[in-house]
Amino acid sequence: MKIGIPKEIHPGEKRVATTPEAAEQIIKLGFSVLLESGAGLAANISDEAYKEVGVEIVNNAKNLWKKADIVMKVRAPERHPELALDEIDLLSKGGRLISFIWPAQNEELMQKLAAKDATVLAMDSVPRMSRAQKLDALSSMANIAGYRAVIEAAQHFGRFFTGQITAAGKIPPAKVLVIGAGVAGLAAIGTAKSMGAIVRAFDTRPEVKEQIESMDAEFLMLDFKEEGTGAGGYAKTMSKEFIEAEMALFARQAMEVDIIITTALIPGKPAPKLITEGMVKSMKPGSIIVDLAAEQGGNCALTEKDQVVVQHGVTIIGYSNLPSRLANQSSQLYATNLRHLLTELCPEKNGTINVNMDDEVIRGTTVIKEGKITWPPPPPKLSAAPAPQTEAPAYASVQEPKKSVIPDSVKQFIPLIIGGLALFGIGSVAPASFMSHFTVFVLACFIGYQVIWNVSASLHTPLMSVTNAISGIIVIGALVQVSAPGPTISVLAGLAILIASINIAGGFLVTRRMLEMFRK
Amino acid sequence: MSHSLVTMSYIVATILFIFSLSGLSNQETARRGNYYGMLGMAIAIIATALSASVTSYAILIVALLIGGAIGAKAALKVEMTQMPELVAIMHSLVGMAAVLVGYANFMDASTTLSGVEKNIHEVEIYIGILIGAVTFSGSVIAFGKLSERISGKPMLLPGRHWLNLGLLIAAVILGRMFLQQTETGGGTLPLLLMTVIALAFGIHMVMAIGGADMPVVVSMLNSYSGWAAAATGFMLSNDLLIVTGALVGSSGAILSYIMCRAMNRNFISVIAGGFGTSGGEAAVIEGEVTPISAEETAQLLLDAKNIMIIPGYGMAVAQAQHTVNEITKLLRDKGKKVGFGIHPVAGRMPGHMNVLLAEAKVPYDIVYEMDEINEDWGHVDVSIVIGANDIVNPSALDDPNSPIAGMPVLECWKGETTVVLKRSMASGYAGVGNPLFVLENTRMLFGDANATMQAVLKALKG
Repeated sequence: MKIGIPKEIHPGEKRVATTPEAAEQIIKLGFSVLLESGAGLAANISDEAYKEVGVEIVNNAKNLWKKADIVMKVRAPERHPELALDEIDLLSKGGRLISFIWPAQNEELMQKLAAKDATVLAMDSVPRMSRAQKLDALSSMANIAGYRAVIEAAQHFGRFFTGQITAAGKIPPAKVLVIGAGVAGLAAIGTAKSMGAIVRAFDTRPEVKEQIESMDAEFLMLDFKEEGTGAGGYAKTMSKEFIEAEMALFARQAMEVDIIITTALIPGKPAPKLITEGMVKSMKPGSIIVDLAAEQGGNCALTEKDQVVVQHGVTIIGYSNLPSRLANQSSQLYATNLRHLLTELCPEKNGTINVNMDDEVIRGTTVIKEGKITWPPPPPKLSAAPAPQTEAPAYASVQEPKKSVIPDSVKQFIPLIIGGLALFGIGSVAPASFMSHFTVFVLACFIGYQVIWNVSASLHTPLMSVTNAISGIIVIGALVQVSAPGPTISVLAGLAILIASINIAGGFLVTRRMLEMFRK
Repeated sequence: MSHSLVTMSYIVATILFIFSLSGLSNQETARRGNYYGMLGMAIAIIATALSASVTSYAILIVALLIGGAIGAKAALKVEMTQMPELVAIMHSLVGMAAVLVGYANFMDASTTLSGVEKNIHEVEIYIGILIGAVTFSGSVIAFGKLSERISGKPMLLPGRHWLNLGLLIAAVILGRMFLQQTETGGGTLPLLLMTVIALAFGIHMVMAIGGADMPVVVSMLNSYSGWAAAATGFMLSNDLLIVTGALVGSSGAILSYIMCRAMNRNFISVIAGGFGTSGGEAAVIEGEVTPISAEETAQLLLDAKNIMIIPGYGMAVAQAQHTVNEITKLLRDKGKKVGFGIHPVAGRMPGHMNVLLAEAKVPYDIVYEMDEINEDWGHVDVSIVIGANDIVNPSALDDPNSPIAGMPVLECWKGETTVVLKRSMASGYAGVGNPLFVLENTRMLFGDANATMQAVLKALKG
């Protein structure tokens, strides 16, 4: 099948849906790849680079859409500025499209695509399962957005991130507050941290505390208990009391920190307003707010989408195209996500895709199948956090401590008592000659105990073979009997000597052989 | 040689044996220790041969020479991967010798004892033969299981605990009959019957133990062989035998204890046999594995700084240790830090992996014990698990229903990436599913361990 990669037409969109590296892999799966001329230019990839790995360059979008069996894009289809028609119209009847779609927000687009009898896979609808992580484009884009958010902040921030003590005076480190510790938030934490800033982070989901702390950032605790984890590991809307406590925390932090990066999103809902105008006013002049939720209305009341505005001395950055601002990197990751999706779709590696609706990952990603809208998918069976499953049996097993008839305090003396009684029993009947041997025996056991504990674990096998050889000492028993009267005894003893000497020779020699091998 | 001189030689031999064992506390002194052991043995044998009680030398010398030749041949020919089998079969020889010496002593009418002393002597013979026979048959079965002549799966007879108890009671009753009959000079029949029962008991005991518990069994039989020697010493009133037997016996007992602790299993439950007979169902492992190719593995290794290799029984089976060593050398030459993490029960006997790695000439100072490295996984970039399963199973730590719950394991999943070499997707020896395989940072490299390691080596060179 032919896979077509058109040039992105959204204003300011610099990404491209495949890179030469990914295209090479896709071709290995048996597909052929067509690319609209110049599609990679904005991401610094020339047509030649694509040609080198065997991609066919097509000179205009119309031809490309016509020739391709599968079209892979970044942005959802929209109106083509040059051709003055919708990309959907370019899609052939019954065609296949893989791109970001946002089905919840783009109902009209969905209807149009369905009318085309198209099969559409939405990269934003990949289910959140560990198996699907390699095709989770949202995560890979969010990672870039988080990184870029810090870079944008740094660009507008008038100071260093890291603290320094120089001959010209002391520079305090920048204080960064990250709200929402999803993929983007964590990426922002990592980036800001590595630049030397003091980073604090907040999230409604308590289980991310560990992740935040693992990145050396401070987790801001709220004195308020409410489970903030919704389905699929995303956040959910919180209660009014919780939000009030949260807002009070933000208000306190706003006065203190230099940079706020907000990444709070709730799937399918407008972004929660977390930073009010009052909080912006209370921030120090020269502070920065980067609002990663600008696309969904922004976490800050003063955010303007795709704009950088200065309000009350605070720079508020509302770019919604942060991944595109790192076009080469994000193209690379997105292309890899797409390649993984194709691998899932084409398990036979024969260059044809099979939209297998029994596969949970493919089922979740497919939003339209041959003209039928299949979105939203049934809820995934596997959650990203299996923690509650394992907790239940743990509880059950704790519940049944065996009730013993004998109390523990007595129990520990039982072996001692039995041992004592046994010794007493032996002592009361045994003759003196036995007792002297017994003394030797017990003392030897203790010597053995002391000596063996010092043996290094790596020498346990030589230990076994040398003790094997030494227990061949039983040959002594046979030696003293071999001269006893009677042929039977002699034969038995002779046999015992033979066997024991196998042990002696074999044991010592194999130990020697082994020990010779141990070299530094 | 006078009696006192013989005794003095025995004392010297005893001291040499103790030195021999204490020499094993580290690699530098271990070789010397082995020579001490040889010297002690030579002194003991020569002193006994020259003592008053030995008068005929023909059988003695012939038997010593034949036995010595067989032993030497076996020692020089054996493959290091077959060490567990060799050790097991040698245990059986000690047991066999103990039985033979016991019978010889029983038939020897020259000793003149009476009253309690005679009774004690008879009991010593009885117990000596009993332990010897159990050691013998148990070791033979262990040998069969280790060399895969007998299936490694535990054979669980219905009511096996009752069967064992019955055998024990029968042995005690036969012991009484034996004592009564020896009063009148008989006792051969109960002794023979008991020997048969002891043999059956040894077989049954080891048959019921699963392959993964083999290290415990081997060290337990090691212990038994020592006790058999000690019992023979009591029977013959020979302190050298008693001391040596006690040394070996406690050595084996401690090894068994160490092995049990390494698996977080109770000694009694290992001996009682069977696996996972109590507790609930272990969590079923769901998820999908991420395969990796040899070339990708090589790339991964080239990108890593700190590499840890975890060998298991699979490496021994595939004889991959030499290839692994070559990879190690290559990576070390490239300036990477390569280490080996050894779990106490990796392989089929204590210290099995160390011997294999030593055979392949892996320097022993980069071979670490579990306790030395389990804290450091955070710094490991790539860990390679070669033919191991249970010893790297995270469910031992977090799934209370797992059959191996509570067993300390090598926590390799805490490193950056884990590459697991595995023949195919099947559960390990203990029949335990391993969630490690489906973890996100785990890559599965399928195929014969040696063949895949060769491919990795080739990719590293190319």
